[in-house]
Amino acid sequence: MTLSIRIIPCLDVTDGRVVKGVNFTNLVDAGDPVEMAKVYGAEGCDELTFLDISASSDDRETTLDVVRRTAEQVFIPLTVGGGIRSVSDVDRLLRAGADKVSINTAAITRPELIAEIADRFGSQVLVLSVDARRARTESGFEVTTHGGRTGTGIDALEWTARACALGAGEVLLNSMDADGTRAGYDIGMITAVRAVTNVPLIASGGAGGLEDFAAAIDAGANALLAASVFHFGVHRIADVKRYLSARGYPIREGAAH
Amino acid sequence: MKSIAILDYGSGNLRSAQRAIEHIGAAVEITSDADVALNADGLVVPGVGAFKACMSGILGVDGKAIMSKRVAAKRPVLGICIGMQVLFTKGLEHSEGESGGTDGCAIWPGEVSQLSAPVLPHMGWNNVKAGANSKLLAGLDGESFYFVHSYAVKQSSGLIESRTTYGESFIASAEDGIVSATQFHPEKSGDVGLQLLKNWVQSL
Repeated sequence: MTLSIRIIPCLDVTDGRVVKGVNFTNLVDAGDPVEMAKVYGAEGCDELTFLDISASSDDRETTLDVVRRTAEQVFIPLTVGGGIRSVSDVDRLLRAGADKVSINTAAITRPELIAEIADRFGSQVLVLSVDARRARTESGFEVTTHGGRTGTGIDALEWTARACALGAGEVLLNSMDADGTRAGYDIGMITAVRAVTNVPLIASGGAGGLEDFAAAIDAGANALLAASVFHFGVHRIADVKRYLSARGYPIREGAAH
Repeated sequence: MKSIAILDYGSGNLRSAQRAIEHIGAAVEITSDADVALNADGLVVPGVGAFKACMSGILGVDGKAIMSKRVAAKRPVLGICIGMQVLFTKGLEHSEGESGGTDGCAIWPGEVSQLSAPVLPHMGWNNVKAGANSKLLAGLDGESFYFVHSYAVKQSSGLIESRTTYGESFIASAEDGIVSATQFHPEKSGDVGLQLLKNWVQSL
């Protein structure tokens, strides 16, 4: 009996549509997040993440509806991130059917938000999303905002340790340098963050070859998130799982039937 | 169609349990009304967050008395996650440095204590070894279910017990013929979770 490594596809949603790099051939409507969630669920993904990249509050209402409709049909954990600023934002998402929320910029602006959410709903709902890049901070890793374009000067390791002490129950570590490159996860960054926290760690950014997934696990990741390699069909979820399983990594067998 | 009440005592995301049970074909009502909770064919006690907060929420809607009355009348109850933990005598969460911990509903003997593992919470899919004669896990021995927790009951309480290992062995599900419970989230465990809920509903 072993805890499985989780494989998590990430869907970027705005105005009710998946927007970033989608090239599904087996779907009538490739941009419908609910349909994509069902396909990934049937293929055996272990969790799903929606990243709400909406610009307006109307769009956010639409995303809530997407979460609602997905939760009606896909009985695996759903995480929703993007634009969460307050306890009431979290409450709305959980009521819509999200199991976890990920917060990023709002926590940097006002770290007490982490404790407020954890106190109200428990640490297990709160994923700290850390968008980090290599920079001249003390540890060599800096927290960024705005999709990696804006540096904060905050050291990524110090920030992660502090946020976990405040109540974050999981860390989603996005490498802004590796994001979209398909050149592999930032292994040095995963190793460094693993050393400062004992909550589950999700690696994100850079997944390309199948060996990249294994390398991230070896560095201490408990879950692996990817977007484009799944959306473009470079790898199916089952390919990743088969590869890892053959090398002795614990994975959950079998998709939904 | 069986009627299922989900006890609403302020613990989050009751809708996911409702949707999953509706999906397998039962009539589900989320309620804090004692009569509804007493009279349904099955009562589900969900729970996320901390033991102490859940226990005070349950006491706030008279949930302990509702469960006791159901047990006395042999009317089934299903606890999920913290809703399982509160069935035991005592929860030691957030009691570090204090004596005693928090009293549970004491339907079953046992203490809920922190798992010893390098990464907590225990979050994700883990296999469950079904207890002999488990009705909940009929046909599901060895399947993976979705867990999110840091505390668990480790010592046997003399029930029909299914077990999982994360750092150490603990009770993943338990049943005594009337009361059933899962430390994992069947409503978030895909097809196998739906099958477990179906097993429970069909046993009512």
